[in-house]
Amino acid sequence: MTRRLVGALATLAAILLAVAVVAVFLGSARLSPLTVLRTLGGGAGADSTENIVILGLRLPRIAAAVLAGGALAVAGVGFQALTRNPLAEPSVLGVSAGASFGVVVGQLVGSSGALFDTVRVAAFGFGGALVAGAAVYLIASVHGTFPIQTLLLAGVIVGIFFGAAVTVLISLVDIDRLGGVVHWLLGNIAPLPARSLLVFAALAAAGFAAIVSQARELNVLALGEEAARQLGIDAERVKVQVFVAAALLTASVVAFAGPIGFVGLIVPHMLRLLLGPDNRLLVPTAMVGGGAFLLVADTIARNAVAPAELSVGIITSFFGAPFFVYLLRTRRGVL
Amino acid sequence: MPVARFDGVAFSYPLTEPRRDRPFTLSDVSFELTKGEVFGVLGPNSAGKTTLIRLLSRVVAPTRGTIEIEGVSLAAMTRAELARRVAVVPQDMPQGLPFTVRELVLMGRYPHAPRRFFETSDDLAVAREAMAATGVLDLADARVGILSGGERQRVALARALAQEPRLLVLDEPTAHLDLRYQVECVALLRRVNRERGTTIVLVSHDLNLAGALCDRLLLLAAGRMARLGPPEAVLEETLLTTVYGCPVAVERNALTGRPVVQIAWRR
Repeated sequence: MTRRLVGALATLAAILLAVAVVAVFLGSARLSPLTVLRTLGGGAGADSTENIVILGLRLPRIAAAVLAGGALAVAGVGFQALTRNPLAEPSVLGVSAGASFGVVVGQLVGSSGALFDTVRVAAFGFGGALVAGAAVYLIASVHGTFPIQTLLLAGVIVGIFFGAAVTVLISLVDIDRLGGVVHWLLGNIAPLPARSLLVFAALAAAGFAAIVSQARELNVLALGEEAARQLGIDAERVKVQVFVAAALLTASVVAFAGPIGFVGLIVPHMLRLLLGPDNRLLVPTAMVGGGAFLLVADTIARNAVAPAELSVGIITSFFGAPFFVYLLRTRRGVL
Repeated sequence: MPVARFDGVAFSYPLTEPRRDRPFTLSDVSFELTKGEVFGVLGPNSAGKTTLIRLLSRVVAPTRGTIEIEGVSLAAMTRAELARRVAVVPQDMPQGLPFTVRELVLMGRYPHAPRRFFETSDDLAVAREAMAATGVLDLADARVGILSGGERQRVALARALAQEPRLLVLDEPTAHLDLRYQVECVALLRRVNRERGTTIVLVSHDLNLAGALCDRLLLLAAGRMARLGPPEAVLEETLLTTVYGCPVAVERNALTGRPVVQIAWRR
């Protein structure tokens, strides 16, 4: 098993690296491959255009995309294991919408130092994600199980509610205080400053660690809560830990990149086809595979209509929505 | 020392817990399980049979009284400690499980090393042995979701055996099985009991199965012990007629001498 995990991780890491190399050479600023190589080697002046484009824009954006994709895919695996439903995912469950509301509130309640700003916004997003997730749980739970229709409807309803709440806030306040909010709401990877990237990476790592440490327990939880308890698992604690961690991952992505949909649906499903249902393989590979997936989507978003840009959330939704329909029709209720 | 001891156990579901059945009470339940015996728990619907399993596996805790396993109170054990001693074979598994038979049986190794991420080759050896014991080794790579009822039952039993429990609890083990699999299931349980010395608690609707297989029976009625004793003492016409509320006739099996219960149909 260890060998299988290492092999899968090495393959995905190689793919991720290849995608990253392609992404660093592509962009709306036309730089020759030679220029890119020279700049990466430190051969360009500190204030030169090449340096700003590659080290200040492309590389941080690549890092942000990889973090966001990995976090969303891991959150997806977590929500799917919790609900025993392959369609559960941060945006489908309305958790992303709750986090968006929290993030907008966080943006509005004042500002101080830049780092504290980042943490505060993420914390508010986290709160929103927890509230939305708890609401979906309470609406959809029938004796501790989540029938697929109820779960999807609860997610849609909670998503609509928080979407409306975001719209109300935007309408009430001066749009200038929420710079770029429309673009952000579509799900948009931006080149983040180093400090923000660090906070993002720390939150993603914490969420990932909390879920991967429960991967074996999540497998057993598929037998039902009573059976899991009879096998020695504290089912309540596992559920709370994974739920909080998945909400944290969702909130961190929403805070730093916006509500990007369907990554948590597509990536875990593809990995399941390759590796089977074992969460001990799925959670670690989702982190790397999700990163590679969203980096591809973001590279398309940056270059498809250059010099203009698409939001990456539009790309993922474009592929994700038909994929969702396919899953709904073919794999109803089967994880 | 008894394998398990119920001492003055009473239980009622809290009114807030959403249950299909009405809130229900078990009271004054006291008995001991002797090492190596096959113990049957019988009773009409909602007599408290399933509650007894849930108490014994600490899915719920008693409202009054104590339950001990090998002299240690259930309340003083961790869940993993309990799962190394008591294994439960549920009536059925969730539909459409994506795991293979091997993966599912390996889950029985969880309580032996909860901190471990992957199972070891020792765990795999125990799982193989358990699959061989219940005759599902050739199904090891099959998905559990595609198996027949009888095969699923044997996989569930293999998973429980992989826990290497002192006490094996079965909830209606033959409920979904046709006659042939019922016979196989009984033979399998007898073998496990004889070869491993595992104490078995069999919870069942099937009076004749319990009468044929068990050393002692406990008959529950409306949450109380109606009778505890050997099959001949429990499967008795007037008692069963009262408890089940319908006329029954008890005869002897010509081969085994064990009691056989029949409904006394009125013509």
